[in-house]
Amino acid sequence: MGKYVIKRVLLAAVTLWLVATITFALMNLVPGGPFLSEKTPSEATLKALNEKYGLDQPLIVQYKNYMQKAIQGDFGPSLKQRGRMVKQIITTGFKVSARVGGLSILIAALIGVPLGSVAALNRGKWIDNVIIVFTTSGIAVPSFVVSTVLMLVFSIMLGWLPTYGLSSPLHYIMPVAALALYPTSYIARLMRSSMLEVLGQDYMRTAKAKGLSQFAILFKHALRNAILPIITYLGPLIAYTLTGSFVVEKIFTIPGLGSDFISSIINRDYTLIMGTTIFLAFLLITMNLVVDIAYKIVDPRIKLK
Amino acid sequence: MTDKKKPLSFQLDVSDFLPAEQEEKQSLVVMRKSVSFWKDGLRRFSRNTIAMISLVAIILIMIFAFVVPYFYPYSYEQQIRGSENLAPMQYSQQELELKENGESVFPHILGTDSLGRDTMIRLMMGSRVSLLVGIVASILVLLIGSTYGAIAGYFGGKVDLIMMRLVDIIYTVPDILIIILLMVTLKYPLQELAYSSPAFEWINTVGVGLICIFIVFALLYWVGMARIVRSQILSLKEQEFVTAARALGASHGRIIRKHLLTNCMGTLIVTTTLQIPSSIFTESFLSFIGIGVAAPMPSLGSMASTAIDGIVSYPYRLLAPAIMISLIILSFNLIGDGLRDAFDPKLKN
Repeated sequence: MGKYVIKRVLLAAVTLWLVATITFALMNLVPGGPFLSEKTPSEATLKALNEKYGLDQPLIVQYKNYMQKAIQGDFGPSLKQRGRMVKQIITTGFKVSARVGGLSILIAALIGVPLGSVAALNRGKWIDNVIIVFTTSGIAVPSFVVSTVLMLVFSIMLGWLPTYGLSSPLHYIMPVAALALYPTSYIARLMRSSMLEVLGQDYMRTAKAKGLSQFAILFKHALRNAILPIITYLGPLIAYTLTGSFVVEKIFTIPGLGSDFISSIINRDYTLIMGTTIFLAFLLITMNLVVDIAYKIVDPRIKLK
Repeated sequence: MTDKKKPLSFQLDVSDFLPAEQEEKQSLVVMRKSVSFWKDGLRRFSRNTIAMISLVAIILIMIFAFVVPYFYPYSYEQQIRGSENLAPMQYSQQELELKENGESVFPHILGTDSLGRDTMIRLMMGSRVSLLVGIVASILVLLIGSTYGAIAGYFGGKVDLIMMRLVDIIYTVPDILIIILLMVTLKYPLQELAYSSPAFEWINTVGVGLICIFIVFALLYWVGMARIVRSQILSLKEQEFVTAARALGASHGRIIRKHLLTNCMGTLIVTTTLQIPSSIFTESFLSFIGIGVAAPMPSLGSMASTAIDGIVSYPYRLLAPAIMISLIILSFNLIGDGLRDAFDPKLKN
């Protein structure tokens, strides 16, 4: 176990370093710089700006300086949003994204698990078919389609829900629903197939034979075993919610981390690109790591390699 | 008596014990003609109604995207003056006058956009982009992933260890972040390449955005395929026919190509098909946030994105690309599921 964890943590660290290095290289390969937008400043100003942020030094020196600071958690100031530190932008953005994303993951689990179980228990009946159709289409519809159609129906046609911002609980309904549809469907499908597998196991027959109640069989034996594969999906799920949030945040004008990331790339805000990429990559890699290790702890049948 | 069966009961179903009919008995007779792997799989696939309907849908969409534009009277970049912002089936003032003079004017079936471009033809071209991205990216993934996975699995040992460590690393890299960065970065060198040397002029014909997408997807998405192929090869290479081939003096390359890869054909087909919708998904996402296919070439993602700006006045503009993209992804998913059931039942779950 210890060896496995160490191996995985090392791999994660290498990956994170690789992502940071690739990002640094790619970012500097793109022509143009953070200060070369519509209004090109004078030669002197440009020189002063580059000097101030250390952009006049050779790339390799910049890379070394940046990495040294980044390891200590210092991501420097934003180049475009004057007077704001990258760390500060990330924290405010992440708070917003995490609230929307967390809510949708919670809702996806709360709806997806029962939905999949109901489908499995009623295999072949109409309710199973309805759930299959719903979840299959839920996987096929991209989040930007869901968001825009929701907006079209509930804000523009019916006028019930506000279209942008996050100032009241009502504002959360559409973004969360749009983000939750795909994971809900995916969890329900996974749950259905894993539940079907569990229902066919010998220990289910044993439980029935020793006279346990329907309730005990279902909740103590079937559900607890069937829910295990869902845990492995939590890592990719968090990744999905983050990427989905790029789109959903754009559509509903939510000031989250996704919109920070996209605008930083378009604005060539070097420090913000590095900061958001490293932060998001760190988040995703750690989540995957935690999920994988948790899975092995929860299910002792899985051999550690 | 048996219809009110509780889901968890082990009550026997009487109908399972009825004597077999003539037809059912016939199916158990072993002396039928031997069926090849392909025929068997195709037979099972063609029995799957949902998969067949999806296949027909995809073929129709392909005709719509690749054939119909050649006969369509408008082009996707043509801006018709005076015909801006038309509703579906509406004619502009000029076009009405033309019609009165007895000339025939082709209707704008889905209306026009704010620049006077016909939405229907843009929808066709957008679907073409989506299909191209899905299919080309998946073929690239198939080529790279299966070669890499086969080599790692076949040679095993240190080669495998080093090759798969690289796969592990790429696998953990958050793909969407790198895809977005690469998309922005690759555009400029490709553009320069296209202008500087005549040998690369084809880049402009295909479109820089599309080439970028192909490269980026090929760079990042092959790892899943490599993992699947490797695990199949690992078990296949221990079988007797590989030993036999080696004893007969077949080279490594020949064993991999003729004996190992042909034996995991089912997996290859299924994984490639299921890769198509996920590539289409990512492309539409990229175009939606504005870094996918470059204008004036439409993409379903960018059409939806522009439709949002005018969503209050022209809500119908959103529906066409939205329905189309969902339909394409859904159909490919269902075909993939059908192929998996037919060719590779082990892959289920």
